[in-house]
Order: sequence, then structure tokens, then C-alpha cells
Amino acid sequence: MEIIKPFSQYLAAMLLAPLLPGIINRVKAFFGGRRGQPALQLYFDLYKLFRKTPVYSRTATWVFRAGPVTGVCALVTALLVLPFAGRPSFLAFEGDFIFLLYLLGLARFATVLAALDTGSAFEGMGASREVQFAVFAEPAFFLGLAALARVGGQTSLSGMFAALTPETWRVAAPVLALLTAAFFIVLLAENSRVPADDPNTHLELTMIHEVMVLDHSGPDLAYILYGAALKLWLFAALIASMVLPRRTGSWAGDSALFLLAVLGVAVAVGVVESVLARLRLTKVPYLLITAFAFSALALIFQVGR
Amino acid sequence: MSLLLLALALLLCGALLPLCLRGRPGAPARAGTYAAAAAALAGLSGALPVLLSGEPATVSFPWSVPLGSFSLVLDPLAAFFLVPLFLLTGLGAVYGAGYLKAYEGRKDPALPWAAFNLLTAAMLLVFTASNAVLFLLGWELMAAASFLLVLFEHEKEQARKAGFIYLAAGGAGALLLMAMFALLGAGAPSMDFSSFSPPAGGTASAVFLLALAGFGLKAGFIPLHVWLPEAHPAAPSHVSAVMSGVMIKTGVYGLIRVLAFLRPWPEWWGWLLLGLGLVSCLGGALFALAQHELKRVLAYSSIENVGIILLALGLGVVAAACGADRLASLAFAGALLHVFNHALFKGLLFMGAGAVLHAAGTGELEALGGLSKRMPAAAALFLAGSAAACALPPLNGFAGEFLVYIGAFRALNAPGPVAIAGAAAGLTLATAGALAAAAFARAYGVAFLGEPRTERAAGAHAPGGLMAGPMWILAVLCLGSGLLAPLLLGPLAFAVGSGFGPYYGFLGGLEAMAPFLYVSAGGFALLGIVAIAAAKRRAFLGGREPAVAGTWDCGYAAPSARMQYGASSFAQPLTDFFQPLLRKIGRYPVISEYFPAKASFSLEAQAVFYNSVYMPAAARLRDLAFRFSWLQHGRLQIYILYIVVTLIGLLLWKL
Repeated sequence: MEIIKPFSQYLAAMLLAPLLPGIINRVKAFFGGRRGQPALQLYFDLYKLFRKTPVYSRTATWVFRAGPVTGVCALVTALLVLPFAGRPSFLAFEGDFIFLLYLLGLARFATVLAALDTGSAFEGMGASREVQFAVFAEPAFFLGLAALARVGGQTSLSGMFAALTPETWRVAAPVLALLTAAFFIVLLAENSRVPADDPNTHLELTMIHEVMVLDHSGPDLAYILYGAALKLWLFAALIASMVLPRRTGSWAGDSALFLLAVLGVAVAVGVVESVLARLRLTKVPYLLITAFAFSALALIFQVGR
Repeated sequence: MSLLLLALALLLCGALLPLCLRGRPGAPARAGTYAAAAAALAGLSGALPVLLSGEPATVSFPWSVPLGSFSLVLDPLAAFFLVPLFLLTGLGAVYGAGYLKAYEGRKDPALPWAAFNLLTAAMLLVFTASNAVLFLLGWELMAAASFLLVLFEHEKEQARKAGFIYLAAGGAGALLLMAMFALLGAGAPSMDFSSFSPPAGGTASAVFLLALAGFGLKAGFIPLHVWLPEAHPAAPSHVSAVMSGVMIKTGVYGLIRVLAFLRPWPEWWGWLLLGLGLVSCLGGALFALAQHELKRVLAYSSIENVGIILLALGLGVVAAACGADRLASLAFAGALLHVFNHALFKGLLFMGAGAVLHAAGTGELEALGGLSKRMPAAAALFLAGSAAACALPPLNGFAGEFLVYIGAFRALNAPGPVAIAGAAAGLTLATAGALAAAAFARAYGVAFLGEPRTERAAGAHAPGGLMAGPMWILAVLCLGSGLLAPLLLGPLAFAVGSGFGPYYGFLGGLEAMAPFLYVSAGGFALLGIVAIAAAKRRAFLGGREPAVAGTWDCGYAAPSARMQYGASSFAQPLTDFFQPLLRKIGRYPVISEYFPAKASFSLEAQAVFYNSVYMPAAARLRDLAFRFSWLQHGRLQIYILYIVVTLIGLLLWKL
């Protein structure tokens, strides 16, 4: 039975991830007074796209085809490191979150190169913005994880979250609150949500992530959409494990609570997206620098505690 | 050891033979290549056993030079630097045989080959010398030989300028090192390293600072880097590979030797190293992003990587000074591992850049594009090198940085200063990593992807087998040493042990083992998942032919290659943000008429340190020197008088 648990956790993440964009859309529809897409829309889209024949640009090379595959695989591998409901992952080792961070970097690198491979000015624009925001998002995310490592005195992601208990919230609430805020901002920027980017925009000039994948179609686009859902899941899971450290003793209870918290993060993203306007592109770095400042403050508080 | 002497002899033959065979067409190149390749094989088979067994070997010959003795020591640390040296010079020679063919008839091939082999021999001496005079001899030979290679295309003004800056930097560095050895050897019976006694207090710090400046001028960290982005691109590409991959590491090597000698280390040394590493790391990555020439991007990336090595050394020294030996050992191991890994991927990248220069005749990013279709294999290899340089798993660039990261995270849970050092090191690595990823995505994307921007790029061709072969080998080594990193830990532990003390070597190997096994497992998992996803994709397609169309340009039907995002536009959001540091000079057209005519726009990346620090300082120095111009008459008799007066003065002083 114990053997099955990590597998079922991993499978749950892989299968439930496409639900999150659906939830966000439902929340936005609710705020907009619309009925909205079904929550399972992404599953239908994926099913449809996997059966379609792709169209490739004459300019593109194998880099364009390898981009989506590499991107989604980097995330599937990153999920191997991600703990589930405060329980250790398959690959839990010292410094595993560095591995995770660089896998995210690999996914980004592959997507950016695939975009540049089309030779389109618009896709180049998106790629340029993507790498720019990464320069500000990565230090913020890294420093946040560093502060979290110091909270539990742990150096693996699974260890950090296993060490997190409701008791930690009682003694180090400011640190954890700052970290939650920082991670949430990074989540919004990294997953191209409002206020950093607007997934629903229909003007290529203002897009970031969406414009990079304009030329992809068929199974390639399906991989990209699925990869984006996994990335959202990854960040949502980190935040969920932080806000709601495990309470019950049972695996099933913890897992159910964790899943609820992940869905809650998606709802929060939807709410933010409904009530906030998008920032001007030149202001996004400042948003991320704010996240960096939160992480830095958290680390300072934690060192001084 | 005898194999190493054989390699030295072969290299000296390889330096002389091309000059002797000057008359016969093709012979100098052949002699130079075969000698370098044979020496590389001999050298590798001499160095590897030492690295695997950890047993040092020594050899010593009498030498008539005053204070000098021809004594060589091959310990694991030296062997650890010799392996990349011979790998890159051997492969570089094969590559060079193909690369220099393009210059046949225009350039005399004898001199570059002689200088190349002399450079290798000199580096061999630097890595193994155990006598100060011999070391300095190797050091100066290295500078002289590489100076000749920098001047390879001396008809270009850029290359001449690079040569002069390089000469000045090399001379200054050597002077500082002579002062350092004079301090060390002041009370010693001979100039053998073994006879030096460790100085204490202020003298130790003076020795350290002299070593840092002297070796730093070779290692090329900021602010001592000004020669590097000029000289590395000017040399032929296989030489750039050797210079960036190995030659700048002679500075790191020297620094490690001096550090090992000057124990115990005061804490502020570590902070100084850490600070310099931080500045070089971030500055190198940022400047790389602003460059417009492929080889200059790579040169600035070398500065970044030297910064990473320095950062790790600094973290290690701070940790060791505070008694945190475990994480010090991790940091030292990370520094050395990165030395090795950087040699592999930077060698590969410079060779790839050489293939571009060879095929398109230019390395200007804005003139390139679409090379991936014209030279698919070379483009894929360059991509592998770029990914390794961005430290993306499962390639080798990740392994060394990962060790430094673990060290930094261990440091976080330690008290006080060590925690600050750890946070600084980790944060720098993360930021520089993102910047480097941007720089390499830009360089690769603009040069190799999309549509060619000029006729020259459109007419590019794939490199021949002599050039492609070494690149394949290096790419396989990059992947192999990334996936099989745990296997490198044994030799690494020996090298750390002989460089910093056996205690650190043992600890470093032990501490890194478990995480490395996991990272290796993760790398294999990634490759497996990629294989599955690619197979799945094929299954989804089910044998249907994908449709082919033009790129979707938002409805615009006649996009041209000039409309693609270029190197300047790609970097613009970031370079604008960091404009106070980069000080780009842009000239924009002013549109005044209703129907704007043809306009031009230019953007120039500045050598900030060269322009705003070194040039004013040099001008000041020149003014000072002119005050003493009354000493110079240009008359031989008076100069002879000066010499005689000096000699008599010295004689009287000694009497």
C-alpha cells in the first residue's frame, strides 16, 4: 500500500492539472456574470488537439518541433521532485529544488527557442519578454525557497514541506505570509496570468506567453497547453502546501485537504484576474522586484528570528 | 610522468617543425596538427592515472638558470587541469587543421601552428612547475605564444588593438607575480615551491593580494577582464577555445595553489573573492547579453563562468575560516568541477562560433540567421553547448553549479556570516543563470534560427569533418559528464584533496555523492520521459504528413527577414533596464517630414570598464610619465651611462 501512494500522488497531479485553468475560467465567468466554459474544457481541447494534424512553418526547423516536447517533459520531470500534501516525492534529495528550478529554466529555454525558430517578429517579441521577466522572477523564487529552507532547517523540497506544521505558522507567521505573497506573485508572472500577462488578450503585440506559441498546432499545441497546466499545478501545489500544512494524520485526509487547497489557489488566481487590470509591460519587473523584496524580507526575518 | 615529458618533447617538436618546414605547402600544418594530437594523447594517458589513483609523481633535472630548477610535480590538482588542457588542445588541433584551411595562401600557417604548440607546452609547464623561475618562464611563454595567436589577423585594426591590450595585461600580471614570488622566496634557500615557508600576518595578505591581482589578470574576472573580450574573439577559433577553456584557468590554478599555501585563511579573503565573483558573474552575464558579435558573447560568458568559480572559492574560504568544513569542501569541489565543465562547453561553443565564421564570414549577430538549416549538425552541437552554458540539466554545466548551490544552502542554516555568504552566492548564481539563459537564447536564436538576414548567412555551408568531429566529441563529453557526474567525484575528491587538503577532498566527495546520484537519476528520467513523449507524438500523428505553410505573422503576408526580432531588439527590455551599467550608445533617426525617407539606427555596446576606468587611468599614467621625459634623450651614450651607474650602485650596495 505504501508503495502505491507516491505513484497515485504523482498520477493525481498529472491528471488533475488541466482542471486548474478550467476553474480559473469558471471563477472569471462568475465575476463577469457569464456562464463560461465547462471546467473540463482543457481536457476536451487536449483530446481534440492530439488528433489534429499540425501545420509547420517553412522557416521552422527541428528546434520548433522539439520545443513543446522538451517543455512538457521538463515539467513532468519537475513534478517528480514536487512533494504532495507534505509527503515526500519520488526524487527527494538535498538541493532538489535547484534541480526543479533549472528544469523550469529548461522548459523556458525550449519554448523561447521554438518561438525564435519561426522567424516571426511577434514571437520574437514574446520570447524577449519571457526571458526578461525570468531574470526578475528567478531570484525572487530562489530567495523564497532559501527562506523556506531556513525555516525548517531542511535542504530538500520534501523536507521543507514536511517540516512545515500549523505550529510553524504560529511562531513564524510573518515569514510564511511574506513567502506566500512572493510565491503567489511569481505564480502569476510565471504562468502568464493577470497582472503580468493576459491569457485572454487577442492582440499579439501585447502578449507574452501566448504569442510565443502562435505557430504551434496539433499535438505540439496540446503539449504546450498541458505543460502550462502542469506549471500552474506546480506553483499552486507549493503555495497550497505552505498555507495549509497537513493537519489530519491520515493520508487520504491530508491529500483531500491538499487538493482542496490547490483548487483554492486556482480560485484565488481567478479572483485576482477578475478584479485587477493588467499592468503595463514596463511595470512588470517592478511587480517581480516586489516579490523579490518579500522573499528577502522573509529571509531576513527568519535569520533574525 | 615520463608520458608527460614525452608530451612536452612532442610539443616542442611541434613548435619547431612547422617553422623548419615552411617551404613545403601543407607540411607545417600537418606537422603541427600531428604533434599536438600525439602530445594530447600522451599527456592524457600521463595525467589520467594520477587523477584516478591520487598518487602524485615528481621529476627534477638540474638546470643552470640561477635560482631555477627544472622540477615538475604532477599531483591530482595539476592532473585535473591537464585533462581539459590536453582534451581541448588535441581536439582544437584537429579542428584547427580544418579551420585554417580557409586561410591557405593568405596566411603563413607555420607561425600559428608553432605558437599553438608552444602555448600548449607553456601551459603544461605552468600546471606542473614546482619552481618559481620555471613557473614564470612557462607563464611568460604562454603570454607570448598567445599574443602571437591573437595577432593572427594583424591586418585588422581590431586585432592589433586587442593584441596591445593583451600584451599590457600580460606584462602587468607577470610583474605582480614576480613581486609575489619575491616576497615568498625572500627568506627561502631556493625558489622551489617546497622550500618556501608560509608567511604570516601582513606578508601573507600582501602575497594573497598580489596573487589575486596577478593571477586575476589572467583569469579575467571583473575588473581585470578588459583584455579578455578583445583578445579571445581576435584569435582563430580553435585558439579561442583553448584560451577561454583552459588558459584563463591557469589564473584559477595559480590562485588555488597560493591559497593552499597560505593557510589558515582570514575571513576577509573569502569575502573579497566572493565579492569579485559576484560582480564578475552578474556583470559577465549582463555584458554578454549586450554584445553583437558571437565570439564576444562567448568571451563575456567566460567572464561570468570565472565569476562562478571565484564565487565558489570565496564561499569556501569564508566557510573554512568560520569552521564550516563540510560546506567549504562542497564549495571547493564545485569550483573545480566547474573548471572542468566550463572547459568542455566553452571549447564546444567557440568551435561552433568558428564554424559560423568559417561558413558565413562574419560573427555579427545582426547579419546572421537561419544557419540551423544550412549547417544542421553544427547548429545542434552549438545548442548543446549553449544549454550546458545555461546550466540546464541534464548537461554538465549544471553539475558544478549544483555543488555550489548545495554548499550555499548548507551555509544558510549555519550561523552568521556563513549564512550571508551562502545567500549571496546562491542568489548570484540564480540571477546570473537567468541572465545567461537570456544571453544564450538570444545568441543561438538570432544566429541559427529564423531566416537569414544577409546573403552571406544565406550562403553558409556546413563545416567539414575535421571541424565537426571535435565538436561531436566535446558535445558527447558535455552530456556524458552531466549524466554520469557521480563518476567524476572520485577524481574530483583527489583534486580537491591535493589542492586544499586531503580532509576537504574526502569530505567533498562524500557530501556530493548522494545528491549527484539523484541528479543523475533525474537526468536519466528526463531523457526517458522525452523519449516517451516524442514517441507518443509520433503515435498521435499516426503517419500523417504535417502541413507546411508560411509563418503566421498576424495576417501580414509578406514578412521579410529584416522584420524578425534581432539581437538588439531581443535584448532591449533587459539592456534598457540595466542601461546605467551598460551605457549603450544608440543613434535614433529623427522623423521630421511627412514621408520619412531612408533612416538608419545604430546601437553600440560599450566596453564600459575600458572606456571609463582604464582609459582615464592610462591617460593619467601617461601624463605622469611625461614628467620624466627629461631622462630620455635618445642618445645611446647616456643610456649606457645609466646602466653603468646602476651597476656600480648595486656593486657598492652589495659590498
